[in-house]
Amino acid sequence: MAHGDHDHHHDDHDHHHHDHDHDHEHGHSHLSPMAARVRALETILVGKGLVDPAALDAIIETYETKIGPRNGARVVARAWADPAFAARLKTDATAAIAELGFTGRQGEHMVAVFNDAATHHMVVCTLCSCYPWPVLGLPPVWYKSAPYRSRAVLDPRGVLGEFGVTLPEGKQIRVWDSTAETRYLVVPERPPGTEALSEDALANLVTRDSMIGTGLPLAPEKAA
Amino acid sequence: MNGAQDMGGQMGFGPVRPEADEPPFHADWEKRALAITLAAGAMGHWSIDESRHARESLHPVDYLASSYYEIWIKALETLLERHGFVSAAERAAGQPLGETRAPHRVLRAEMVPGVLARGAPATREKPGAPRFKAGDRVRTKVMHPAGHTRLPRYARGKSGTIALLHGAHVFPDTHAHSRGEAPDWLYTVTFSARDLWGDSADPTVTVSIDAWEAYLEPEGSVDADPA
Repeated sequence: MAHGDHDHHHDDHDHHHHDHDHDHEHGHSHLSPMAARVRALETILVGKGLVDPAALDAIIETYETKIGPRNGARVVARAWADPAFAARLKTDATAAIAELGFTGRQGEHMVAVFNDAATHHMVVCTLCSCYPWPVLGLPPVWYKSAPYRSRAVLDPRGVLGEFGVTLPEGKQIRVWDSTAETRYLVVPERPPGTEALSEDALANLVTRDSMIGTGLPLAPEKAA
Repeated sequence: MNGAQDMGGQMGFGPVRPEADEPPFHADWEKRALAITLAAGAMGHWSIDESRHARESLHPVDYLASSYYEIWIKALETLLERHGFVSAAERAAGQPLGETRAPHRVLRAEMVPGVLARGAPATREKPGAPRFKAGDRVRTKVMHPAGHTRLPRYARGKSGTIALLHGAHVFPDTHAHSRGEAPDWLYTVTFSARDLWGDSADPTVTVSIDAWEAYLEPEGSVDADPA
């Protein structure tokens, strides 16, 4: 049974979903239909030698523990702290981000867009779920959902309101629809009152949503 | 194709509902779905473009009723069957029922960090020079291909400005259908919201898409395709 190794991975987040996945034993009858469907497919693929179960675990571990929005926060903090890095990020974001070791799948062709006093940037993929994995990790559910994908291009100010973000009335909003392999990272404005902060402390102000453009960085007094 | 995936500008889905402190996965099966999708793709028998087309080819009712990982799994079943790896009978049985064709490669655990860190760049060499430069005014073509395309409906037949040139990239419209990479110049094109949505749109908003040269013609050209 290909899945024996994974049965102890009880999910802490089942309460978010109605399809509970309480597979304490090998009995498929306890699985939700989708969980059973995925398990069947994995069983066949492993049984045929088409996928390596250890590789599956390595992929999951990578996106659970190694690749996530803290990576992007380090890029933004570096850009805030180091004007020369910010300049490189502006001209060749893929290379600049690689300086920090973040490369690869779904981040092969990066573009960094910089918020300023006049302009706010916001990223969407109306056609699927394109998202800069090496710097932000896997996309949140809302980013892949119909409400966001349909309205980010039509009513970005209204969508921002649903995130609790109200921009000054005349501020330009630039929406980037990721329709190719280009992936966009928003570099938010550095919050005021952060002149004395270290790069690590600055990174703590950078939220995931502020790098998608649906949020703003934390004020220094709000950061942990 | 004008499938359910092409959501830009659709209405009626309700508000966006951000989730506080959202975890990377919401159920164990989502982890497995991600992992088998990536590992099966690493066999090298289909491209990301063919994958996207398999997802958008779900019946619209099914697409809209499915979570994103459900969409991935349904498309993966299609791809595995199309390419001769897992039959419908095997899926029903939940186990292998016979020999399989040999894959180009099998992703081993020790290969995972390198494969993910390298990714799969879409840039290609292309002789000649791009037709447009930054600042040029262009119009997107009016087209409704039955196959894969990355020109969203809301941005067809619209006038915009070339903002960026990204070099030549694999062309999804052919690549998704095993008709070759056909590298084409890729641009970012910026539209005013009013040009996309009409006079009631917010004048402070612009929307940019990435568009291959094959999607574009100079603004003001009379023919649908001057070539």
